[in-house]
Amino acid sequence: MSNFKSILDKWGSFDFDKFIKTSNKNIIEDILHKDYLTDTDFLTLLTPASDSFLEKLAQKAHKRTVNEFGKTIQIYTPLYLSNFCTNRCIYCGFNRDNRIERDILSLKEIENECMSISEKGLKHILLLTGGDRVKTSINYIKSAVLIARKYFSSISIEMYSMTSDEYSTLADLGVENVTLYQETYNCETYKKVHLSGEKSDYDFRLNAPERAAEAGIRSLNLGVLLGLSEPIKDFFLAGLHCSYIQKKFPGVNVSISLPRIKEATGGYQTGIEVSDKQLAKFIIAFRLFIQKGGISISTRESECLRDNLIPLGVTKMSAESKTKVGGHIKNDGINQFETSDKRTVEEFHASIKAKGYQPVYKDWVTI
Amino acid sequence: MNDLLKIGNEYFKSRLLTGSGKYSCDSIIPEISEVSGSEIITVALRRVDLNSKHKSLMDYIPKHMKLLPNTSGARNALEAVKIARIARASGCGNWVKIEVISDNKYLLPDGYETLKATEILASEGFVVLPYINADLYLGRSLIDAGAAAVMPLGSPIGSNRGIQCKEMIKILIDQINLPVIVDAGIGKPSDAALVMEMGASACLINTAIASSPNPVLMAEAFSNAIDAGRKAFLAGLGTKTEYAVASSPLTGFLHE
Repeated sequence: MSNFKSILDKWGSFDFDKFIKTSNKNIIEDILHKDYLTDTDFLTLLTPASDSFLEKLAQKAHKRTVNEFGKTIQIYTPLYLSNFCTNRCIYCGFNRDNRIERDILSLKEIENECMSISEKGLKHILLLTGGDRVKTSINYIKSAVLIARKYFSSISIEMYSMTSDEYSTLADLGVENVTLYQETYNCETYKKVHLSGEKSDYDFRLNAPERAAEAGIRSLNLGVLLGLSEPIKDFFLAGLHCSYIQKKFPGVNVSISLPRIKEATGGYQTGIEVSDKQLAKFIIAFRLFIQKGGISISTRESECLRDNLIPLGVTKMSAESKTKVGGHIKNDGINQFETSDKRTVEEFHASIKAKGYQPVYKDWVTI
Repeated sequence: MNDLLKIGNEYFKSRLLTGSGKYSCDSIIPEISEVSGSEIITVALRRVDLNSKHKSLMDYIPKHMKLLPNTSGARNALEAVKIARIARASGCGNWVKIEVISDNKYLLPDGYETLKATEILASEGFVVLPYINADLYLGRSLIDAGAAAVMPLGSPIGSNRGIQCKEMIKILIDQINLPVIVDAGIGKPSDAALVMEMGASACLINTAIASSPNPVLMAEAFSNAIDAGRKAFLAGLGTKTEYAVASSPLTGFLHE
């Protein structure tokens, strides 16, 4: 195995449109009885051919999830450290071209935000920045991680793609997880929506999860921004990326996020809609394809939908998320995107319990 | 009948070890313990939260139960050793179930790293129960390394697939002079009864209880099955033959 690009190249000439249109529902019955799915099985489940089997597939995905993870939901929250960005990603509120107030937390402010978040009982944190290597240098991120370590059992980062050495430095400091969305695996769309900046380098971003894994990062959360390009193809390739990582780095935990594009500053719209039904189907298919993979649903989605998605295979959920810089103590500035689920940690805790699930706040120990 | 399970220098009436993961609510643990009689419970240190804002796992574990912290999350011997030391320093006692897993798809234990961790921790005074593939050579090495028991998997963890490694477990029971506690993959009470009839010392059950719609009743069922299997083992199973042996022989009159 060289890198995931070689897998993408193999699928490069595959006629996805034809496959999606011609997949036959008779095959779904066979897939339902399989323990392990092939890549093609996974793709078939994502097509409309599986529509009439959705309930049966959901039941199977539910049983798998309960067997693998129990009736538990691990809870985390994001903390935006900065919204400075040198990239021009036309769907993102932090796009360099957007005339918004830019801000970055001082180390003292990071400490205050961490303290405030930890007082809510949260033990897993996701630190985020925009893509600005000068304003949010590795040294700044290192300092932020060292502060966060005092308050949290598990630290994840969602930042710009890094080099192996940078990931290695952060892994040594105790960063457990790297969240990195390719946004879209469609090269042409990628170029159209990432106009300039480091993020416009498709290959550098594509290979970042492997660099992180090689550098000792313990878990990787991948995903696409659903709605940027043809969603079945994009989500299928994201699933393959997870499968590839799992084979190449068996010690790394893989998980997936399924963010649907939301309108942000700049007002970019693609006209591609991913329905609730399709989102549910993607979760179910992923669970059956990657049985031990985590599935994360953020507060982008509504309370009602999030609660209903839980039994299908979801394992991680954010709570009381703020998408502006700071947000827990410091409460001015602009959101990266609007959240839908506004419940507090305590309210969300009660909802999970009411659903018959256990909210898990700590599932890691930094050694 | 005074048939106790001995691990290290401690004795237990129950041969059912239970887990603490995967429950929809940890408040069910005391009831599971009560109906099953289980006296040993394994806890993942990664889940132990001594500063929790909410009532947490440790608050629900009955005080009489022996804590068996496990090293879930460890990918090599060094990490397992560190986790065990943290567990002991956190007041979880000196027993440890070593889990060293560096394959997150199948969650199969790494025997080589498990052996290294066992050597180190046993020398530091831990009572070490390593989770292993049912492998004779590894079992023998673990005896030399100071393990207090061996915990072979019945089939991949969390799979509920039953005793797929039956022949290999049988060899361990025959050859390893330590308690053999079958862990992982046991899907139903009859699986547990089977390994107990074979002579296993105990079973550790988590997923099959936690994933049942009625975990409390299932825990009781496992307890009964383990008890029945143990009694059958002690009584000695009747001989199997290829043909019928009538209790009233047809040729008996020839010997009268």
